[in-house]
Parts: sequence; structure tokens; C-alpha cells
Amino acid sequence: MRFLLLFSRQGRLRLQKWYTAISEREKKKIIREMTTMVLARQPRTCNFIQWKDLKIVYKRYASLYFCLGVEHEENELLALEIIHRYVELLDKYFGNVCELDIIFNFEKAYFILDEFLMGGEIQETSKQIVNRAIESSDMLQETMEEYMSKPAF
Amino acid sequence: MPAVSKGDGMRGLAVFISDIRNCKSKEAEIKRINKELANIRSKFKGDKALDGYSKKKYVCKLLFIFLLGHDIDFGHMEAVNLLSSNKYTEKQIGYLFISVLVNSNSELIRLINNAIKNDLSSRNPTFMCLALHCIANVGSREMAEAFASEIPRILVAGDTMDSVKQSAALCLLRLYKTSPDLVLMGEWTSRVVHLLNDQHMGVVTAAISLITCLSQKNPDEFKTCVSLAVSRLSRIVSSASTDLQDYTYYFVPAPWLSCKLLRLLQCYPPPEDGAVKGRLVECLETILNKAQEPPKSKKVQHSNAKNAILFEAISLIIHYDSEPNLLVRACNQLGQFLQHRETNLRYLALESMCTLASSEFSHEAVKTHIETVINALKTERDVSVRQRAADLLYAMCDRSNAKQIVAEMLSYLETADYSIREEMVLKVAILAEKYAVDYSWYVDTILNLIRIAGDYVSEEVWYRVIQIVINRDDVQGYAAKTVFEALQAPACHENMVKVGGYILGEFGNLIAGDPRSSPLVQFNLLHSKFHLCSVPTRALLLSAYIKFINLFPETKATIQEVLRCDSQIRNSDVELQQRAVEYLKLSSIASTDVLATVLEEMPPFPERESSILAKLKKKKGPGAVSVTELEDSKRESSELNGAGERGPDPSVMAASNASTPSPSADLLGIRSAAPVSTAPASAGSLLVDVFSEAGPAASSGAVNDDGFLRFVCKNNGVLFENQLLQIGIKSEYRQNLGRMYLFYGNKTSVQFASFTTTVSCPGELQTHILGIVEPLVEGGAQIQQVLNIECLTDFSDAPLLNIKFRYGGALQNLTLKLPVTINKFFQLTEMASQDFFQRWKQLSQPQQEAQKIFKANHSMDTEVIKAKLLGLGMALLDNVDPNPENYVCAGVIQTKSQQVGCLLRLEPNAQAQMYRLTLRCSKDSVSKRLCELLAQQF
Repeated sequence: MRFLLLFSRQGRLRLQKWYTAISEREKKKIIREMTTMVLARQPRTCNFIQWKDLKIVYKRYASLYFCLGVEHEENELLALEIIHRYVELLDKYFGNVCELDIIFNFEKAYFILDEFLMGGEIQETSKQIVNRAIESSDMLQETMEEYMSKPAF
Repeated sequence: MPAVSKGDGMRGLAVFISDIRNCKSKEAEIKRINKELANIRSKFKGDKALDGYSKKKYVCKLLFIFLLGHDIDFGHMEAVNLLSSNKYTEKQIGYLFISVLVNSNSELIRLINNAIKNDLSSRNPTFMCLALHCIANVGSREMAEAFASEIPRILVAGDTMDSVKQSAALCLLRLYKTSPDLVLMGEWTSRVVHLLNDQHMGVVTAAISLITCLSQKNPDEFKTCVSLAVSRLSRIVSSASTDLQDYTYYFVPAPWLSCKLLRLLQCYPPPEDGAVKGRLVECLETILNKAQEPPKSKKVQHSNAKNAILFEAISLIIHYDSEPNLLVRACNQLGQFLQHRETNLRYLALESMCTLASSEFSHEAVKTHIETVINALKTERDVSVRQRAADLLYAMCDRSNAKQIVAEMLSYLETADYSIREEMVLKVAILAEKYAVDYSWYVDTILNLIRIAGDYVSEEVWYRVIQIVINRDDVQGYAAKTVFEALQAPACHENMVKVGGYILGEFGNLIAGDPRSSPLVQFNLLHSKFHLCSVPTRALLLSAYIKFINLFPETKATIQEVLRCDSQIRNSDVELQQRAVEYLKLSSIASTDVLATVLEEMPPFPERESSILAKLKKKKGPGAVSVTELEDSKRESSELNGAGERGPDPSVMAASNASTPSPSADLLGIRSAAPVSTAPASAGSLLVDVFSEAGPAASSGAVNDDGFLRFVCKNNGVLFENQLLQIGIKSEYRQNLGRMYLFYGNKTSVQFASFTTTVSCPGELQTHILGIVEPLVEGGAQIQQVLNIECLTDFSDAPLLNIKFRYGGALQNLTLKLPVTINKFFQLTEMASQDFFQRWKQLSQPQQEAQKIFKANHSMDTEVIKAKLLGLGMALLDNVDPNPENYVCAGVIQTKSQQVGCLLRLEPNAQAQMYRLTLRCSKDSVSKRLCELLAQQF
């Protein structure tokens, strides 16, 4: 897998994860191309697009598009299910996840993704194990009180 | 502000995000961000030491700003500090920042590596995982150097936690992909392979990605994985849907692991061990059987997971290509999917069937679906599905169905999406040629192609039809008749005129007996198109006319009249004028015998690889056309051309050899042939070159990076040279001004016409061309141009010089980078050791420094290095660096808006044949640019 992008119906990018080293300029170019290409697709077309040497696998959940760039030999259907599993994990953590959750807790969205995928490969498919890892990292957080006394800015 | 923040909730961050969301305009957002950046900067710079929480919050804000698409140039140090915090969330945010904003700054990498090293040896599994994630995310060479030997140890150690093993396996995979030379498995190989047997499904899932990648590169060392993979797969496939607990996904047991096992097996041939093979075939049969069972759930996730395994199993079956029974079953299964209501499945079935079509066992079975596929081409709403259908039709085509498939593709072309037309045209052309039994069909098809999609018919396609007509005498009469008819259409595509002109010029006599296509009628028909055509086509038509004079002496007077008229003989285009003059002269002074010899029918073309196929391969990228297909087409086309039996005419071969320095795989081998110094009288060779419109392609848009880099440390020399043209430069610089003299030399004996040059340059530079070059450059002549340059501020992009001219009628277009680099505006600054180090220290902000370690490309001779450094424009300072082997330089770059002070240190390591180059400049972009430029000079 080369990259994962989350963007809204208006084309606002909500999350980006790159699994190969590419320049910022190139990233911006890809993001632009992906959003225009995916948002222009008609309903009920297939979820796969051939793009350069990659397969683009995308799916829409409510107001968010999830878009994966995968290598040619990868399985498209499983890529779709990778997206779905990630949505399930977000859902489990936030409880009925919505776009705002991802905007305000973007760092959590990254942490959850990192527990699930690493270097563009599946690290752990079990929902229970991933959730447990996320919860225990939340447990590891310092007590709230310590922070509450700090000023907001 | 919605109360969505969960976990530790950084209130300040949430407030900030909500502010940004409330901004009504882009300007307001930028204003808010700048305010925040100023705030964070002052906090980071303040005297008061920040506590971990504040640091974490600000780093997180910076990250958010970066993710909004703004540049972040500070905060890296604070993020690195967070790495060594012992509070998990602080560490976590630090790592996240580093992962997202990777910085190649060496100073930082060393600090990051230190923090990672500490976490890896902490034996705290969560810390270890964070560190491994960071390595995998950054994946740089420096990290590979630091950790590639440590990670395999963690991966196979008995006491490593499962979650750490998973991270270690995938981290190692990432390092292997970026720096395979540094990841040496050696002694660990067998223990890594045995991870396939691990109790923990998560460990197996992670490890198998690593094993698959390693197996692809070193199949022999890892071949024991085959039997392990088969037994693991067999256990999963035969398990009930509840056996694997949380690894069952919507009633499908371990779909990810199953697919990965099937993919791993595709790295190897079928197992030799009978028992293993039997077990595997059983698995594959079970998977195929399951596809027929009623679904356990109506959810799309269930069917996707199940079908993912099925498609992967089919890929393995196709890869083995040895089990006819399984291949046919696979084909039938895909046949069912072709009519499935899910668009995704139809798409994948079409794609997968393409590979099945190339197997001799299943080719016939695939063919039975032809009607469905044709229907898909006509009715699918999604263009990507139609594209797959077209690919499959192409793959399943053979002699038995070629006529049907080509007809369908042609009719589809009339309405096809623009994005796939060109490819469709190539495919039709290839199929028509490959499976032509009767050549009248072939000629009809190509002419239809030109009629329907003329704009998409590339040169290769129409060259090819002419080549084939010339080589097959049984089709020449038919071809002449058909083009004659096609040209009757009131509006016909220019490509049709080209083919018509060529074919009638050669074989018009074969239809001249019919009064409806008498010589004069033919000529008038062609000439009626003449005025609407472009210059190259007109040139071709003129050649057809002179051929007419030979074929039909009765047309001589009419044609001479045409050639003699002002619009020909005084045409402003040199090529057209030359042809008109020469042909007129030839027709009036040469005897019939001479004329007949010079204008003889074209000899057969030597057989070559079909360039259409080559073009399709190029379009689709390597691997798109299988090797067998290529060989196939070679065989077929040699049959088709009938070359070999008839030796090509030696005199023409000699002529074309003389002008073809390197025989290219080009269709006619004449596009790259430079008709160097064609003596004007030798009309014969001109005729051989009727196709040479394209002329010696000076590869427009050529990137002369090589030439460009040679001028970083020198100002004079030859910038560019090809068969036609040589460009030399001389340049001088003072302060922020420069002057460049450009010398253009015509290396041929023929005049260059319409010679123009333009310079486009980045906004930071201003260039001004003094005087205008003459539009004509005589053969052997050299002209000069002067360019004034002013550097307004520092820059990275070089100005581009575009040169256009006509050589023998062909337009040459060339773009070169002019070697104007930032270092040209250096002024040397001599200084003593003490001053140097003081300034060095002043420039110690991390972004002011750029560093590169690189291999020596040239000899590491002291004098050569010194000469290069002096050429660079900086002062070479002696007795500064304590190590006499090192070189130290200083200089100031003068631009109109500011001066940039620069210090350089170059440390050679003769033993390792490496250099370390460090630059510190008062402006960070300058450090970076100089470092890039110089790293390629030594």
C-alpha cells in the first residue's frame, strides 16, 4: 500500500498517510488528483480505478471518502475491507464516529491507524486486539488533573 | 466547540481547531494561523522552560497546521525532546510529529536515532512499538544503517511480546524495501520462516508480508516456506467460521492471512512434493466449492472477503498454469461474475479473465464468454469497466474470432471515451495485422480506423499499413481501389490523404484501366485535397505526383503545370519548394529510362518488430504485453511481410544505411535517419525519404541535466551537441549581474530555417536577450547571441532555453536548461580561522545547515578538488580546518534584494571514497540548493 487519504465531499483533506518517501510537492499533487478524480465518479460505478502504476480503491462513508493507493498485485476487494475495518475501529473508539471526531482528534485517528497498519501492510486484523492496544495507551495517559490546572494557551 | 475531544483532551488544541473551522475566509484562516505560529514561536523561544504538556500541545498544534497544508519550519527540536519524555502521550505526539514531518536534517536524525535506540532497549513493549513505527514511517537510509541489524534480533527473540514481533516484522520489511543491502537475514532466515507456524495469528499475518517480500528476492533461501504455507492455509480453509474467533471477518476465516498465503505461494512453482501439492489442490478446490455455497451473510463485507480469497486462489491457479481442471473451473466461476450485479465483481472478473485467456488450457473456455464481454463493452456505465472489457476482448482474440472482435471494437470506437481511444486504435491495428488471413480485410480495417478515429491514428499505424501493402503484392490492387474510394468522401482525414497519396503513387497503375479511376481522375482527386493539408502531407503528395509522371506519362504536362505554379515553386516552405523545383527539373531533363529507375516501385521493407506493439507496450508500461505475445507477433509479422524470401534492394539499403547511424527499431527505420548532406541533385535518395518528415528528432523537451551540471564549477564550454547542432557558451558574472554568450553552430551542410530562440526563467531571475538572431543559419555557420542576466533574489530553478528551427522541412524543437546557478553570483571572502569559526557558530540554526554524505564520482585528487572549489566562486581558506585533509570555503552571494553569506566544509574520506559536504548559509534555501548542486560535482 502506498497511501491512505481521507477527504470530505467538498474535497477537504482530513487525514493523509504515506507509506513511501515522497516529496511534499508530489504529495500535494497526488492529493489534488485523487480528490478530483474520486469526487467526479458517478454513483454505482466500481470502487477501483486504474491510476498510473497503482490501483486506487475508494469508498464513501457518510460525508467522508476513504481512498487507498495500492500496488498492482494487491487484492482490491481486501483493500476495500481494510477501509471498512479502519472505519469499524474508529467507530468503536469514538462511538458512532463522524467527520468532526476525526477533525478534532486527528492524532487519535493516526494512532488507531498505526495500530492497524504499519509500513503499508496489515499489522493486526483482530478488532479486539487493536482496541485493547488503543485503550491501554489511553490508560497510560497521565491523569487528567495534572492537565486541568494548566492554562488553555 | 463540540465536546468531541476524547482521552487526554488538549483543550487549547480543541479551541484552536474550532477557531480555524469558524474562519469565514481563507485570509481569516491564514491570519489565525500566523497568530498561533507567532504565539508558539515565542513560547518555544521564551526564557521560561516549557513543561511536557505545553510542549506536547504546541507540537500538536504545529502538526495540525502542517496537515492543513501550511509549511512548518520550526518545532522539530521540541518534538525530538518529547521523544525522551517518559510520559506515553508526550512521546507518542513526538513520534507522530517526526513521522509526519520527516526531516533529512542530519543533526536531528542523530538525536531521533538516539531516542529510538533508548526506547528499543527499554523492554517496555509500548515504547518499543512506538520506536519501531517511527523507523517504519521514516524508513530513511540513516535509520536503516542504525537499526537494520538490531531488528531481526528483536523479531526472533523468544521473550519478545507478540505485538512487538508484529511491529518488528513490518518495520524490517520497510527497511528491506528502502535499503535491501543493509538488511541481512542470513542466520535468521529459518527462524523467520518458522514464524508461519506461530500460535498468534496476528504475528503470522505481519510476518508473512515480510517473508513474501524476501522470498521474491531470494526464492531459494526461503523455499521451505512453501510447505509451511500450504499447511497453514489448509488449516484455515478447513476451519469452521467460528474457530478463529476474532480473526474471522464477517463469517470468513482469516481472509487477510489466507490471501497473503496464496500470494506467497505465487512466488514459487507448484510444490514438487506430491503430498504437499495434493493438499494444496484440495485447498484450492475447497475455495472454489465455497464460492458456490449460499452466502452466510447478506453483508457486502462477507462477500468481499470471500471473493477476495477466491480471486487470489484463481491467481495462483493461473500462475501454476498446470491444472487444466482447476483452470476451467476458475474460468466458469469468473464467467458467473461477468453477469453479477456488483460492478466491482464484474470489473475484477474481466481483469482476471485477461490473464486466463493467455493459458492454453483455458483460452477456449474464456472464448465462450465473448458475447457477454462484447455486451459489457456496449452497455457498462462505468468507463473503467468498459476499458477492462476491451482489454479482455483483445486478450481472447485469435484467428477464429478476430473478425468479430475487430468489428465490435471498431463500432465501439465511434462512441468510445476520449481517454481510451488511442489505446483502442492501437489494439485494433495490432489485431487486424496479427490475425489477417486475407489482406483486403486488413486494409479495410485500417482505413476504417482512419475514417472513424483519424485523430487517434498515430504515425506508426499508417506507416504499418503502407509497409504491409508494399510487401504483399496480392493486396496492392485492392488497396489502391479502396483508398481511391475512401478519398471520394468530401471530408476525409489527413491521415487518409497520406495513405492515399502514398498508395496511389506506388500502385495507382493497378486501377488505372477503369475509366472511373483513370490517371487524371486519380491525380485530380488527390490534388483536390492538397490545399487543405499540412506541410508534411503536401510534401508527400508532391512525391506521389512525380511518381505519377513515371507511372502515367500522359499526366506529365498537367503535373508539371502544377509544380511550376508559384504556390509550389516559390513556396515559403523550403522543403516544399525544394521538392517542387527538383521534381520539375527531374521530370523535364531525365530520360524515361532514368525516370523509371529513379522512381521505381518501393522495394519491400525489411522486417522489424511491429512498432505499434512497441508503442502499446510503452503506453501500458512494461509487463503489460507478455513476452509470448511479443514473440508471437514477431512470428506472425514475418509471415505477413513475406520478407526474407525477397531480399531488399541493395541499393536502397545502402542509401538508408548511409543515413542511419544506428539502425533503430523504428517502423521504417527512417524516422531517425538524418538525411545528412543530401546532395540536392540526388533525387533518388530524396524519394527514399518520403517519410522523413519527422526528421532527426532532437527529442524535444530534452533534459540536459548532465550538461547542466558540468557548468556548476565552470563558465565556458559546449552545452549541447547532436547530429545537427552544437551550442557553446561563455559566461561572466559580476555582483548580481551576468552575461552569457551563446554560440549556435550548424553542423550540417543544409540551412536551418525559421531559427528562433526564447528564454524563460524563474521569477527570481531576469534575463534579456540582446539583439535578435537571424532566422536563417547557413550550413556550417555559427551564430552568436548575448544574454544579460540579473539575479533578483536567490533561486533554484534554472532558466530554460527553447530553440526551434526547421531542418529539411522538419521542425526541430529543443529545450535546454541554461547553466545559471546560484553560485555564479558568489563573491569570495577571505577570512582568518577565528572569524570563520565565529561565523560558523552564528549560523547554527538547524535549518541554516544542509549536509550530504555521498560517494565520490571522480578521482579524489587534491588539485582537482581545489580547482572545482575555486570554480565555484568561493574563497578557499587555508589553515582553518584542524584536519588538513578537509576543505573550507567562504563567500557571499550577491542578489539584488540581499546578500547571503555562505560557509562550506568538504570532508573527504579517501578510504571509503566518500565525502561529507556541509553548508551553512544565512538563508536556508541557499544552503539546500548549494548542497544539491555540489553533491554531484565531486
